[in-house]
Amino acid sequence: MNEMESFVNEFIAESHENLDQVDRDLVELEQHPTSPDRLSSIFRAIHTIKGTSGFFRFATMTALAHAGENVLSRLRSGELILTSPITSALLAMGDALREILKMIERTGQEGAHKYEELIGTLTAIYSDKPGSGERQVDTKNLAISVTEPQVPKRPAPQPPVVAEPPLIGEVLVEAKMVAKGDLNAALEQKQSGDSRQLGEILVAQDALRPADLLAALEVQKRARAFASSANIRVDVDQLDKLMNLVGELVLARNQILRLSSRQQDAGLQTATQRLNVITTELQEGVMKTRMQPIEKVWNKFPRMVRDLAEQFGKKVRLSMEGQETELDRTLIEAVRDPLTHAIRNCIDHGIETPEDRVAAGKQQEGHLLVRAFHEGGLVNIEISDDGLGIDTDMVKRKAVELGFISAEEARNLDERAACALIFVPGLSTSDKVTGISGRGVGMDVVKTNIEKVGGMVEVSSKPRQGTTLRIRIPLTLTIIPALTVMCGDERYAIPQASLLELLRLDREKSHPGIEMIHGSPVYRLRGKLLPLVYLRQEIGLDPPPADAGSGDGLVTNIVVLQAGNEQFGLVVDEVHDTGEIVVKPLGKEFKGISAFVGATITGDGEVVLILDVLGMAQRARVIADAAGGMPVEAQPVARPAPSDEERVLLFTVSGGLLMAMPLSLVTRLEEFSRSSIERTGTDEVVQYRGEILPVIDLCRLLPTEDRATRPEHPEGNFDVKVQVIVYSGGSRKAGFAVERVVDIVEDQLTVQYPPSRKGSLGSAVIQGKVAEILDVNAVMASLGSTRMEAS
Amino acid sequence: MGEKQKFSTFYVGPVFCGIDVGTVQEVVRCQKVTRVPLAPHVVRGLINLRGQIVAAIDLRRRLGMSDFLPSESQLSLMVRTAGGIVSLLVDEIGEVVEVGEELRELPPQTLDVKSRVLFSAIYKLSDKLMHVLDVEQAVKFAT
Repeated sequence: MNEMESFVNEFIAESHENLDQVDRDLVELEQHPTSPDRLSSIFRAIHTIKGTSGFFRFATMTALAHAGENVLSRLRSGELILTSPITSALLAMGDALREILKMIERTGQEGAHKYEELIGTLTAIYSDKPGSGERQVDTKNLAISVTEPQVPKRPAPQPPVVAEPPLIGEVLVEAKMVAKGDLNAALEQKQSGDSRQLGEILVAQDALRPADLLAALEVQKRARAFASSANIRVDVDQLDKLMNLVGELVLARNQILRLSSRQQDAGLQTATQRLNVITTELQEGVMKTRMQPIEKVWNKFPRMVRDLAEQFGKKVRLSMEGQETELDRTLIEAVRDPLTHAIRNCIDHGIETPEDRVAAGKQQEGHLLVRAFHEGGLVNIEISDDGLGIDTDMVKRKAVELGFISAEEARNLDERAACALIFVPGLSTSDKVTGISGRGVGMDVVKTNIEKVGGMVEVSSKPRQGTTLRIRIPLTLTIIPALTVMCGDERYAIPQASLLELLRLDREKSHPGIEMIHGSPVYRLRGKLLPLVYLRQEIGLDPPPADAGSGDGLVTNIVVLQAGNEQFGLVVDEVHDTGEIVVKPLGKEFKGISAFVGATITGDGEVVLILDVLGMAQRARVIADAAGGMPVEAQPVARPAPSDEERVLLFTVSGGLLMAMPLSLVTRLEEFSRSSIERTGTDEVVQYRGEILPVIDLCRLLPTEDRATRPEHPEGNFDVKVQVIVYSGGSRKAGFAVERVVDIVEDQLTVQYPPSRKGSLGSAVIQGKVAEILDVNAVMASLGSTRMEAS
Repeated sequence: MGEKQKFSTFYVGPVFCGIDVGTVQEVVRCQKVTRVPLAPHVVRGLINLRGQIVAAIDLRRRLGMSDFLPSESQLSLMVRTAGGIVSLLVDEIGEVVEVGEELRELPPQTLDVKSRVLFSAIYKLSDKLMHVLDVEQAVKFAT
């Protein structure tokens, strides 16, 4: 890169920053049209761009900036008053300048577009005589009106336009806060040895009000930030390289610590300790250089909100809290698009039109609050509006229409689960497709993007009161504290951020210990049921050798983890220590495995996988995928069971007749209302998860001799719920309607009595009762041609 | 006289393979491989290559051989691919051979499709056939 190029690059980077500042100032200025500080700040930024672009001979930029500067100078002198159209024109100028900058970045040239129209508009604004009243200068969507100045004409202040931070005295005199004479007197006093600050002297002399001093200091601070002489620009690649090296250093440090702990040498110990401390500090330092305030992303919001609000004919007040909250720069990039999208959604879908708001008894202006704060090692970002809220009924209806869930499932969803439906890909509740949102892609992308960086998204909503989107992401991605656990002879790391507590159960002493609900293990933790997930099972290891064995076998180690709003316990073999690990991404070979977020290298050089707690929870169905229903664990639990026993589903058909089938054949247990069962040809079907599921009524297929015992379901009694066992064998799926699902037990399914009819394999004694074993194949064969109709 | 090309050669079971010398970064004796549960079968696991984590692909499995050796007895061929460095686990390392274009032939059509995509060419050496492994194909598999 030659010197000129690097100057140009610096100019581009600086100009982008300046233009962002201009956007913010302009939007602010709309609220306070005569704020001299804001005007000066904009003026300085544009002036700088004009000057530098002139130096590089970017003629179009110079011309544009010049036209803008002219308008600004009249605004500043009070000859013009900022109106919405003028703001729009100035913002358009900023956009045009950005476009040119991008062109220069790509090609090194300004490009052919000369922006004559825009320059014309700006010139028209500039040359409009004050006092000529309202006038329309109509150019391409830009209605420019110039209104008569409403404030008394002020003498034009002349702040320094160079990028040098102004002296406090200059600021004060310019703002007419201090008389020139008073200032000179104070300066003299300072020169004659007064150690106090100039401002203090002036206040002490009653030449200046303290409030004015504070305001002036603020102006000076902004100007200083603008001049930014205390900062240097560093190539991001350079920082990344540094971060990687620090990561390596941390690993080497860990190795040294490990080795030296085995040595007696006191000198070595001291040196290692020193190395330890320095490395930690270095790591923190480098990490800090990568931290950026979230303001970096939020900068664009005021402008964006203004534009969107105008576009949708809405009034929106944006407030932001916690702009200074810092995040690793990779994360800053990662949250940019999701946040932008979420804000668009709020304005498009959330906040109502001013008329609707007034009618609903709300303030005309909608309120959009963006808030960021640190909590528990995570960065929390909330986007709330006081708009319509999510119409969960409509969301559910859409979801059913589009076949994501069945009407039955929709009815059973609670508010929160219904809200979560907005994250389902392809679901949009907007009835009309706007240019901004409503195309059915969006919130799912927000969710995936956030989850990609180890974050979580959730939404809560109150009808007619508003919606809050809550995003939680880790501070940094590269070095995290983690807990090491063992499973078999394999080590795994669990990010500390999701760790709640560690439990150690003595199987003999702790009662009731681990219990089962429909085959899913749970543990009572302080009176609440904690679902358990066996790591061994999740990673495809055999269950531990029969617990009668070693002493360790009598102890269950449970790592209590937080995944989203849910907690679950991960059962591991052993719990080791915690320590800092360097997260390294897994290669593309492992894309699609949701169980791991990455890997790390331990002190002894071994590669250890880092568990993806969220992915783990989803795999184990601790967190529901899209919708509720009643999940049934299809795999056997890790708890060792005698081989000849299996889990058996007990249910009744016609008149309480007990039947059984292996649970391994059952995918789900569902409840449908009689009315949702439809007919096609000779089969009864129900719409289920976007598919047509045939329903075989076992009561009708396997009637008792005494038909009178079972009342035929009366026509019209449509609200009757039917319990259905969903079976899937390969590609064949069907629902078996039964009278009642009784229980899931562990027992032997051995035929002890021959079958007495079709559809039965014979009978067995299960839990002390005789039950017929369902012949699933015969039942499936009844579908279609070989249908057995009990007539 | 055609162009000469250099190949690093190695054995996977009985199969004599070669890959372009330029794609090989180094050969290391295989250290501890960390298993990745749920990963595709052909992936043996992860290896620590001086602080860099690379995936180890078992070429025996990749070539559809049913038996496989313990990783400690295998050698790890670090190759550069479009997606970064990948370790290929092989049984034995051969010499670097320099062969002419005239010995090159395309794999016969009779080879089953699955293995045919893995080999970009066959070279007829005097004593044996060298299978030229298409590294990009070898590290590409359905997950």
